[in-house]
Amino acid sequence: MFPLEVSSVEINIKGKRILGPINLLLKQEGISVLLGANGSGKTTLLETLHGLRKLSKGKVRWSIPNKLAAKEQSFVFQTPVMLRRSVLENLMYPLRVRRFSKPNAIKEAMHWVKKIGLEKKIIQQATLLSGGEMQAVAVARALITKPKMLFLDEPTASLDGLAKKTIEDILVLAAKNDTKIIMSTHDLGQAKRLADDIIYLHKGLMESHCLKDEFLNSPPSDAAKQFIAGDIII
Amino acid sequence: MNEILQGLAQAFWLIVSLDTELITISLRSLYVTLTALLVSTIIAFPLAALIVVTRFRFRRFVITILNALMGLPPVVVGLLVYILFSRSGPLGVLGLLYTTSAMIIAQAIIITPLITSVAHQSMQGLWADYRDLLISINTSKPQRIGTLMWDSRRALITACLAGFGRGIGEVGAIMIVGGNIDNATRVLTTAISLETSRGDFSLALALGFVLISLALSVSFATHWFGKTERGGLW
Repeated sequence: MFPLEVSSVEINIKGKRILGPINLLLKQEGISVLLGANGSGKTTLLETLHGLRKLSKGKVRWSIPNKLAAKEQSFVFQTPVMLRRSVLENLMYPLRVRRFSKPNAIKEAMHWVKKIGLEKKIIQQATLLSGGEMQAVAVARALITKPKMLFLDEPTASLDGLAKKTIEDILVLAAKNDTKIIMSTHDLGQAKRLADDIIYLHKGLMESHCLKDEFLNSPPSDAAKQFIAGDIII
Repeated sequence: MNEILQGLAQAFWLIVSLDTELITISLRSLYVTLTALLVSTIIAFPLAALIVVTRFRFRRFVITILNALMGLPPVVVGLLVYILFSRSGPLGVLGLLYTTSAMIIAQAIIITPLITSVAHQSMQGLWADYRDLLISINTSKPQRIGTLMWDSRRALITACLAGFGRGIGEVGAIMIVGGNIDNATRVLTTAISLETSRGDFSLALALGFVLISLALSVSFATHWFGKTERGGLW
């Protein structure tokens, strides 16, 4: 499936370019973190790579046909989308869609419920969970199919320390188990903890894609320098 | 006022004495409307979900037409079905005129647009929440339709009740295609109409009260079994 090759991708809305042109090569290993201020195009880029956005220009190419690649991907949205079902049924859903038998889906879902520490809430309606719990369910639901590629759009944006750590631990483990992760965040601390490489976006353009240390030690642009210093970027 | 009280008393007496004719007419009313409702839901629910998940050229036009058809005049539907099934009509050979089958067909035509519209409205809201997730999980169109229908099932019950209410209280179309034949096609509404024209207001009122009780019972039963308006459910 890898490498993922993005060439001259542009997204225009009503004639206005909101992303691109982007050229990017992603290999299978590790966690890539997308950094950038609000409106820099992080979400749009993630959605574009995942196939949720129609390309205005350019190509997104996997080493296997896109239809097959789509089955190997999962996406966690910034605001978790919970099905109006129980926690267990939410986790079972992607497996049932892939024609897993009900007992197998339940077994796998139970395994993940324990991993995210929601054993006592399996029959609770998922929409009634707290924000952190919902996001944990969303991450577990995304990983339950053992995807080769996992996209996360600011998955811990509104979470407290403990909830953040639960999710980060799961992500680190998933990355070790051969799931390529690409996530966006504003949180530089999180990027330092998790990233192998960093993609920096500014006003819809990719300013750099390099290893974490390289990015932190010699920021590629003034905007990146300001971002690392914690200044307000306008 | 006196007639209303007399009607109430007579209704009470007819019910407690298990009047055979009343029971037959009531059961026939239920049979016709529930069968029409079943036919309608089989058509309306998937159709509504399909309109929600599919983008096609005349989508808005179709939705507008469906909404307009909610106010379809029953008498006109009755007339059309009558012409269709009359001896010289295109479907006259089936010999369905003045049978409960013709009444079911007429009622199904009247309530299908109503159920489709209400179902479409409720599933539209759910689709706005689910869209990105279901596309991301790589669901097929039938799976999306199934998910929407299952997760909005309580709203769909309301759509059914609206359809049932319109069907059970309908008189114009079934009078034309059923003919109000004693022991064959007479139902509560046509019987009320007959008794009113005969001047037997108290019997007509009694039948009216039975009709209202029937509609209320079905509504209560549906809410009871559907577990609507209870904690944590939709």
